[in-house]
Amino acid sequence: MTDLTLTRGQVDRERLLRLLQEYGVYAGVVALLAFNFVFTSNFVSAENFRTQAVQVAPVLIVALGMALAIGTEGVDLSVGSVMALSTSLLSLYLGYGPWMAVLMAVAGGIVIGLANGSLIAFLGVQPIVATLALMVAGRGIALVLLPQLEDVRDPGMASLGSGDVLGVPYLVLIAAALALLVAFVVRRTTFGRQLLAVGDSRPAARLAGLPVRRILIVVYACSGALAAVAGVLATARLTASDPTSLGNLMELSAITAVVVGGTPLSGGRIRIGGTVAGAVLIQLLTTTLIKHDLQPSWTQMAQAVVIIAAVYAARERGKR
Amino acid sequence: MLSVTGVSKLFPGVKALSDVDFTARAGEVHALVGENGAGKSTLIKVLTGVYQPDSGEVVHNGSPVRFTTPLQAQQAGISTIYQEVNLVPLMSVARNLLLGREPRGRLGLIDFRRMHREADEALRGLGIRVDVSRPLRELGVGAQQMVALARAVAIDARVVIMDEPTSSLEPREVRTLFDVIGMLRERGIAVVYVSHRMDELYEICDAVTVLRDGRVVHTGRLADLDRLRLVSLMLGREIGEVRSEGLTKFTGSHQAAAEPVLRAEDLTVRHQLHGVSLSIRPGEVVGLGGLLGSGRSETARAIAGALPADSGRVSVGGAPVRTGSTPAAIRAGISLLPEDRKAEGISPGLSVRENIALAALPGLSRFGLVDNARVDKVVDTFVKRLRIKSAGPHQKVGELSGGNQQKVLLARWLAMHPKVLLLDEPTRGIDVGAKAEVQSLIDELAEEGLAVLLISSDTEELIEGSDRIIVLKDGVVVDELTGDAVTEDALMRAIAAESPAPPDSAELSKSPDFPQSPGSAGSAP
Repeated sequence: MTDLTLTRGQVDRERLLRLLQEYGVYAGVVALLAFNFVFTSNFVSAENFRTQAVQVAPVLIVALGMALAIGTEGVDLSVGSVMALSTSLLSLYLGYGPWMAVLMAVAGGIVIGLANGSLIAFLGVQPIVATLALMVAGRGIALVLLPQLEDVRDPGMASLGSGDVLGVPYLVLIAAALALLVAFVVRRTTFGRQLLAVGDSRPAARLAGLPVRRILIVVYACSGALAAVAGVLATARLTASDPTSLGNLMELSAITAVVVGGTPLSGGRIRIGGTVAGAVLIQLLTTTLIKHDLQPSWTQMAQAVVIIAAVYAARERGKR
Repeated sequence: MLSVTGVSKLFPGVKALSDVDFTARAGEVHALVGENGAGKSTLIKVLTGVYQPDSGEVVHNGSPVRFTTPLQAQQAGISTIYQEVNLVPLMSVARNLLLGREPRGRLGLIDFRRMHREADEALRGLGIRVDVSRPLRELGVGAQQMVALARAVAIDARVVIMDEPTSSLEPREVRTLFDVIGMLRERGIAVVYVSHRMDELYEICDAVTVLRDGRVVHTGRLADLDRLRLVSLMLGREIGEVRSEGLTKFTGSHQAAAEPVLRAEDLTVRHQLHGVSLSIRPGEVVGLGGLLGSGRSETARAIAGALPADSGRVSVGGAPVRTGSTPAAIRAGISLLPEDRKAEGISPGLSVRENIALAALPGLSRFGLVDNARVDKVVDTFVKRLRIKSAGPHQKVGELSGGNQQKVLLARWLAMHPKVLLLDEPTRGIDVGAKAEVQSLIDELAEEGLAVLLISSDTEELIEGSDRIIVLKDGVVVDELTGDAVTEDALMRAIAAESPAPPDSAELSKSPDFPQSPGSAGSAP
């Protein structure tokens, strides 16, 4: 708070970066859509949109949990492993019926999340370290439970993966419902407001008497539960449980979606709309590159560029 | 040995040092004192090359120098011992001592036997006996500091700067430190000693320089300056000066009820508080007096549960409050306005509205859902009552002026309808207008029956705002001023009075790995 008078140029630059951070993601989505409408053959078809939407659903669901963790100035690297664990549990318990199997899978995710949250809240372990530990452990457990790929031949699961309501796939409906739910939690509940206060300034939240530990534990449990749901849906879509590869690098996609969507890594702010757009942006980027015959490795590099741009915009603005 | 002349240092908006002269002489222990913001740390940073002065020069060994990095100052023989030891905790004592200068054997490998021998000799020379092969972190803080000192001596430091070296030491460790400082003095090393503990200063320092608001207000032999005079120089208040009433917005004494609402008894926090007791009646403003580091903030924090107390009891309206828990204290009706408004008070990225509602949120919710209408009502009430100026309830608090930030924090706590309000430097760093408003608000709140604890480095504010002042020194209550005795003179006399006894001799204990002090245990060097 040294000098509040900014020059004209600074103000313009400030405003530009702010617009870029907050709405750049929507502009990116529109630009990619426009590009594909014009230059990509077979892009404009109901079938293609359906495929895109189904593919984006698991990433978005994981990103919702990630947004909560990032909102507390944390991060959850274990989400990919939680997906693997949930697919293993699902496969193992399918004999007791699909509902039981889904319940166990989600419970597994919550347990991992509680472990993350406890390490962070009670032992003061850095979120990046705590969730890295669970990322390694989680996939280990998943592979012990189910050492190799197994087909999922449950009619219920199959219809979950490929069924629809009026042409809208179940997966997309579930992802949309969860996005609305998380947005509601963040905006309207006491928990959501307190979560943001914890992320904005933890010492202040503590002195204001907020239950900081409980909030952190619940946040990571939510992230675990959402990642497990994503694992269940991905399994249903693939009709196979593959704990070796399911969810690989998912943490990176989720973080990208959140950050590109305008949620600052420094916590205190969560943008669910932006996160949805961020997930769509990554999906479109991947599709665009693949449809134009570029290697998947290009997608990863493109993702890297996008995430750096997003973090740069946020950083420049934060500095002032 | 090392001196600065006419040094000024500007930071955006503040002149941290202006035209400062300071000389550290060989074989002299020079006390550097001053209250918060006086410029002590800036001066130290100029001396050690962390900052470059905007004007003036640094003279070392008779020739002007310009240290551009701390390393250069170190190589020139200037060592700094910070409160927190900057050594490698996992390495052995010997390696830390000889880091970068390890004796090498053939093949360039470290000769451990020789290293241990040399380290042991160096420490014995200072009267310190420890097992030099053990990792540094196994030693107590005091012993670690001793190793840091030994290292400074070993690298041929000519000037040793110590920044509050005793703040985390046991009384016995302090003794050893003083013995070592005595040895440094005999070896012709210039020692710059920064501390707020007056007893220590008078015990070991030869000279003193008092800084206030970035200027040297006094320099000379410490023996020629009595304690009362030193305190008045530090606080910038004259003794016997006619006090002009009405400079602050306080109206004077309040009608307090008979029974205290807050009672704190025997609060003890290791190294910080030693059996502090106080009570406040509804409608009463109790001031906490004392110098920086005397335990004022710690007392407030311990009462509010923000600083875990090792022992002691707190009760509100007769009901005991669990110590060490902020939520428990808040539920009991204790609210703390912290000293560091920016780091611990406001949530800078959240809006005015969110900040005001933060603590009261659970009470403004139904089934976990925020009742926006009620929040708006509360926010509106307090924005009006405290005259919080902002672009609107959705502006980020980080963008407001200091005074308005402070008002937002006050609003946050008033929304909780507290019984006890602990105010730690409520008007520091806020503009004159806001200061007057906050002061009259404090008065108003007391009149409404709130019990207020006021901490302020602004002596005038403390005297005029308080009905009663409890004086702290080194974490002990040393005096209490009531009624007509609430004057600046009495306050300064109470602060300057010699401690009756070394603070808490009961705490002398349990530090098994601490070195013997020289002379004892037959360790003739």
